[in-house]
Amino acid sequence: MVDVLMPKLGESVTEGTLGQWLKQVGDPVQKYDSLVEVVTDKVTAEIPSDVDGVLSEILVEQNHTVVVGTVIARITTVDKIPDSIVSVSASSIVVDRQETALKPQKNTKRFSPAVRQLAAMHHIDPLSVPGTGLGGRVTRKDILLAVSTPLVDQSVQKRPATVLQPQAPLSRTFHDQQANDQLLTITPIRRTIATRMTDSSRDIPHAWMMVEVDVTNMVKLREMNKCSFKEKEGIDLTFFPFFMKAVVEALKAFPMVNSSWTDDHIILHKEVNLSVAVATEDALVVPVIHQADRLSVFGLAAAVTNLAARARQNKLTIADVQGGTFTLNNTGAFGSIQSMPIINTPQAAIVSVESIVRRPVVVNSDCLAIRSMVNLCISIDHRVLDGLVTGRFMRYIKDKLEAMDDSTSLY
Amino acid sequence: MTVKLYIDAIRDAMVQEMRSDPSVFVLGEDIGLRGGVFRVTQGMIEEFGEQRVMDTPLAESGIVGVAVGAAAMGLKPIAEIQFVDFILPAVNQIISEAAKMRYRSNNDWTCPMVIRAPFGGGVHGALYHSQSLEAMFYHIPGLKVVIPSTAADAKGLLTAAIRDPDPVLFFEHKGMYRSIRDDVPDGEHVVPIGQAAVRRVGTDITVITYGLMVHYAMQAADELEKQGISTYILDLRSILPLDRDAIVDAARKTGKVLVVHEDNKTGGVGGEISAIIAEEALFDLDAPIVRLGGPDVPAMAFNASMERFYMLNPAKIADAMRTLAAF
Repeated sequence: MVDVLMPKLGESVTEGTLGQWLKQVGDPVQKYDSLVEVVTDKVTAEIPSDVDGVLSEILVEQNHTVVVGTVIARITTVDKIPDSIVSVSASSIVVDRQETALKPQKNTKRFSPAVRQLAAMHHIDPLSVPGTGLGGRVTRKDILLAVSTPLVDQSVQKRPATVLQPQAPLSRTFHDQQANDQLLTITPIRRTIATRMTDSSRDIPHAWMMVEVDVTNMVKLREMNKCSFKEKEGIDLTFFPFFMKAVVEALKAFPMVNSSWTDDHIILHKEVNLSVAVATEDALVVPVIHQADRLSVFGLAAAVTNLAARARQNKLTIADVQGGTFTLNNTGAFGSIQSMPIINTPQAAIVSVESIVRRPVVVNSDCLAIRSMVNLCISIDHRVLDGLVTGRFMRYIKDKLEAMDDSTSLY
Repeated sequence: MTVKLYIDAIRDAMVQEMRSDPSVFVLGEDIGLRGGVFRVTQGMIEEFGEQRVMDTPLAESGIVGVAVGAAAMGLKPIAEIQFVDFILPAVNQIISEAAKMRYRSNNDWTCPMVIRAPFGGGVHGALYHSQSLEAMFYHIPGLKVVIPSTAADAKGLLTAAIRDPDPVLFFEHKGMYRSIRDDVPDGEHVVPIGQAAVRRVGTDITVITYGLMVHYAMQAADELEKQGISTYILDLRSILPLDRDAIVDAARKTGKVLVVHEDNKTGGVGGEISAIIAEEALFDLDAPIVRLGGPDVPAMAFNASMERFYMLNPAKIADAMRTLAAF
């Protein structure tokens, strides 16, 4: 019998929530087979089996959160599978121990030195005392109990059996449910998203600002390089890395925006670790491009392509989602032209890049021109940031984007 | 009182002693500019300068040899060995010189030296960064070996070690540096070497242990409490000298003793503790003394499964406790 434990999935991770069990009780399991999904702070990992055998017990059900090291299942190793387990149901399993020193002594007339000494001291016959030890052995405690409560029936002195109680599920509120309504189970990742969004929207006084940027020249720059870039680098050149580049430069210029509020301090983060929101079919994940300030447009394009691909394949590691200091959100991909994003705690701000739209704009004081325009929407933590800094920050991004042209280097 | 990390309590003790006593200095590999590989000595070179926070070559026998010489001349060196695994080249200096100086010179000379070294596993340190070597040294008269389990004890015992007129080995479990934090007295705080501490009072079984295993045993005891098993836990704090009175007293409390250490079982400190109990408390025993230690294999492996196999954990300790309680 081998215990399956909740693994430690990252340096500071202390608990995890079980996702779907990929094996059921009675299923044969091979070494390295995935047993169950574990969800911690936005990453789904799978726990592999260390041994060949049969999954004999599942002790923690889906959606329950347990601390690292908790036994979540047991596997009966392959060389000794009782028939009762291979058939469908696993009832209780008796564990046999092999500690030679503590084998039950058949002869209950053998007493430990402590028992002999106490019995002699209190002038009682240890044979007359009911034993509660292994194999009915009379223990030191039995003698002490007999001395303190003489002539009381002590035959019922059993310890309560070990009961492993699964943790109570998180509280949930059902709203009015109509006859034809369907109930969806809340997946662990959905619940994580819910908790974090609720925390952020409750704790952070959000304030919003939107600026409009003329990206006509940036669009030209991208059109000009699109094909050769794909050919040379093997990845698509989208608009997003250009926005990332401008935002990262702005964060360097305005370190206040790259910060976190704590009750004691405001932490100014030295590293610019850019969180990038990536939507998958059923969830939202926010992988992090670490030290994004050291990357060129090409470097950013490569990093975001890699992370997005791994996010969609559920292959992100804990390190991929930790340490973000600022979030950039690509809502334009959904066709949005304005949004009010919720801040990704503990960061101080989040920017959404909206759709690039071609429309008539007044230029050169009194001419009309068709320009490619985009809205950038920022949500700020008003405890940390005020309108003035935010305005300058957004202005900086705007200037950077509008200054891009054919001569801007991607490398 | 301030809640501090174990690692910060260690630095606290060194900084306080260095401020009040100009003869105290630290030396070791990368402890100056780098602040030590675990950052124990971080910031100290800025305050005390490179004459008192001394970066040494990568030669442990040199580090300890220099410390022995400095101690003989009246200074109070604190030598850091980067990992206890690397102490082996210095063993000749420790055993043949430091431990014997007072005896050999008929009390004319002493060796007021501390050797600090992180030990222990469970942090993917693999073969050369996971060992527990206290059993090698607790056999040597003339040495003191201290292994604190709380931040407060780390500060108090290190202060006592620095002030001790004889050589003290101060072993710090590296897994505890940043995982253990507790109330540490501000200002001067001394915990006498050689005194164990009762961490938990109970009536069914006694667990005697030290280092990180104190915390694991406490967790196991919490678990067993729910099943109606009550545990007495003794934290040795010093391995040499052992607190014989506290050990015998702890054994008498329940008559069922489990000795736990992360170090492998054969020839470990647990054998000595068991022998002391057998010698002095036979008629109080209600069960065979049980030792739980690491397996007798050459090293802790790097990969997670093998490391888990080697390392004790609260569940393994709870199993042994449950079995002993049922006896």
